Amino acid sequence: MSEAVTCDVAIVGSGAGGGTVAAALAPLVGDGLRVVVFEQGPRLRDDEFDGGELTMAPVLYEDGGGFLTADGTMTLAFGRVYGGSTVVYTGTSLVAPERVIRGWRVPGLLASDLAERSAKYMQQNNVHLLSPEEINDNNRLFAEGCHAAGFTAEQFPINVRGCVGSSLCNLGCPNAAKQGTHRVQLPAAETQGVEVVTRAEVLRVDPQKLRVRVSEKPPGGKGEPSTWAPGEYDVRARVIVAAGGSVGTSALLLRSGLRARLPRLGHGFTCHPAFILVAEHAQPITNWVGHPKSFFLDRAEEEGFVLETCMYFPFTTAKNLTGLGTEHAAMMQAFERLQMILVLACDRPVEENRIEVDRSGRPVVHYTFTPAVVESLAAATRAAARIFFGAGAVRVHAPTADPHIITREDTERLDERITAEHFVPGTTSVSAAHLMGGCGMGGSAASSVCDAWGRVHGVPWLRVADSSLFPDALQINPYLTVMALADRTAEAVRRDLPELSMVAAT
Amino acid sequence: MSLLAPARRTFRAAAEAILPAATTLDESGWASVERIVQDALAQRPRKAQRQIVMFLRVLNVYPVLRHRRRFSELPRETRERVLHDLERARHVLLRRGVWGLRTLVFMGYYTQPVHSASIGYRASPRGWKALRT
Ligand SMILES: Cc1cc2nc3c(=O)[nH]c(=O)nc-3n(C[C@H](O)[C@H](O)[C@H](O)COP(=O)(O)OP(=O)(O)OC[C@H]3O[C@@H](n4cnc5c(N)ncnc54)[C@H](O)[C@@H]3O)c2cc1C
Repeated sequence: MSEAVTCDVAIVGSGAGGGTVAAALAPLVGDGLRVVVFEQGPRLRDDEFDGGELTMAPVLYEDGGGFLTADGTMTLAFGRVYGGSTVVYTGTSLVAPERVIRGWRVPGLLASDLAERSAKYMQQNNVHLLSPEEINDNNRLFAEGCHAAGFTAEQFPINVRGCVGSSLCNLGCPNAAKQGTHRVQLPAAETQGVEVVTRAEVLRVDPQKLRVRVSEKPPGGKGEPSTWAPGEYDVRARVIVAAGGSVGTSALLLRSGLRARLPRLGHGFTCHPAFILVAEHAQPITNWVGHPKSFFLDRAEEEGFVLETCMYFPFTTAKNLTGLGTEHAAMMQAFERLQMILVLACDRPVEENRIEVDRSGRPVVHYTFTPAVVESLAAATRAAARIFFGAGAVRVHAPTADPHIITREDTERLDERITAEHFVPGTTSVSAAHLMGGCGMGGSAASSVCDAWGRVHGVPWLRVADSSLFPDALQINPYLTVMALADRTAEAVRRDLPELSMVAAT
Repeated sequence: MSLLAPARRTFRAAAEAILPAATTLDESGWASVERIVQDALAQRPRKAQRQIVMFLRVLNVYPVLRHRRRFSELPRETRERVLHDLERARHVLLRRGVWGLRTLVFMGYYTQPVHSASIGYRASPRGWKALRT
């Protein structure tokens, strides 16, 4: 038996997209409408963020952060918690480049409009630059290394308030400093009467109807129990806003049988495939303390890659370094002397790379590394090696070199040592956290899933408000653009709602 | 029964090859590593659980032709070389097998505060204050 519930707007997912829509539509509650957010993950209390890899990752991430692509050659990281991936993101806040949005060619979507909306969220999220004294050696060395290698590093604006530099952003800030939707938009929406139901997975959507399963809190697990009793619910809503993220929304719509009318559903998946590079310095550096991500080098337009500073935790680092045994252990032993750079390739949508669902409705992500991506990763590694040595490192661990260790004596031979042919899918550790596409925007159902306002072609009761809307990679960190697009979706919902009456229940 | 039980000997032999520091683990050290790995496996789909046990079985007999001994009976350095060879195997399933196994070993070891501290990792929710005190 399932329980019946009625609301006006049902939002699936509480991440960058869903949280934004919830806050933007919250004033409707004052007008007597019911707005409900369904989030499959739990809501954590502040004191439950303990910064442990083993204690936090399984609670905050889908598959504990180890969601594998279909052929097992890449892991995808995405959040599954009240606040979605904004709980685990690093909070770097960049506005979509004009050239990228122009290149998307989405009718009715202007970069200037996204920039204006992004500015609003930058203000809400307290986006600013860190002062020089808040920047640790790992980041400072990147800027110095860029300078020495003839590049210009740019500083990331970040969205923190009262950051004490725990460096634990990707395990959920233990000090509530990071201004994700769980700190800003969702609490604001709830104050105005929006209901957020956690541990509530939306199993399928039908015309103006959702099937929701609320789960019990597992014994001893972190997080609050759901406010709804465990069980299945049939929720009727005038409009449904899918904001489950690129993978979550695509999978939900696919298992709801919508591919029949939307042939591009699940297609156009991109993710900025990434790996980490580490280099060893002769002396200890501050790397485990301070905000982990202060600088980046944008070579997207010229060479198809972006380099970012980063610092990961021991297990994540060990997993993401390619190789094993003595050489791997020696790098790990040098942890307090390690400088780290994250290499991201700007991939493009190709037919093979798409989201599907298996027979049980679980997402399956097919991803193949195109030659262009592999070339970009190798070029990025060469640039990063120059930066590391420019910063004074004594040796560099390069996944696209064989052997992986590059010493200063190799600096003249980097082009020979680091090449695309050493990239071995399944052995070279690759992961991605910028998941995009699956419900791309465009002009018609033949070429896309949604229009520029997140309206699903030919399905007036269904909207999309998340990273699945991206028709191509953004080539920079995406969360602010997700929020800007979600803001547009919310605006269209407000505009269209008077015409969206509930059809009689069938 | 524990998921690793049918292949525990091969698991430990592989763990030592992947992570030389594992050779210094005593029985309670191994128990801690294996508990973490078990818990992680228990949360994975059944198919993934079966694959890892199957991979361990294949790994154990893989060197027999060339080295005339099972993987778990080889010296540590040779085991490391065998795994390096498998990382370059033509078949992606073998490469993935090594990748999955090393991920589990690293998880079992480096997520333990005692081991992460031993490599100089000192992150604390107190951030800069922890550095200065
Ligand atoms: C480790 C990490 C670091 C990152 N760092 C940055 C950064 O510094 N800067 C930046 O710009 N971007 C960063 N990103 C990317 C950014 O977080 C995402 O692009 C953004 O959050 C995507 O927003 P979204 O709404 O599409 O999905 P998400 O924020 O992932 O939210 C989706 C939510 O929907 C829920 N959901 C899915 N399906 C269902 C369902 N069927 N029923 C109920 N709930 C469902 C999920 O549980 C999840 O909570 C990072 C991502 C990760 C993982």
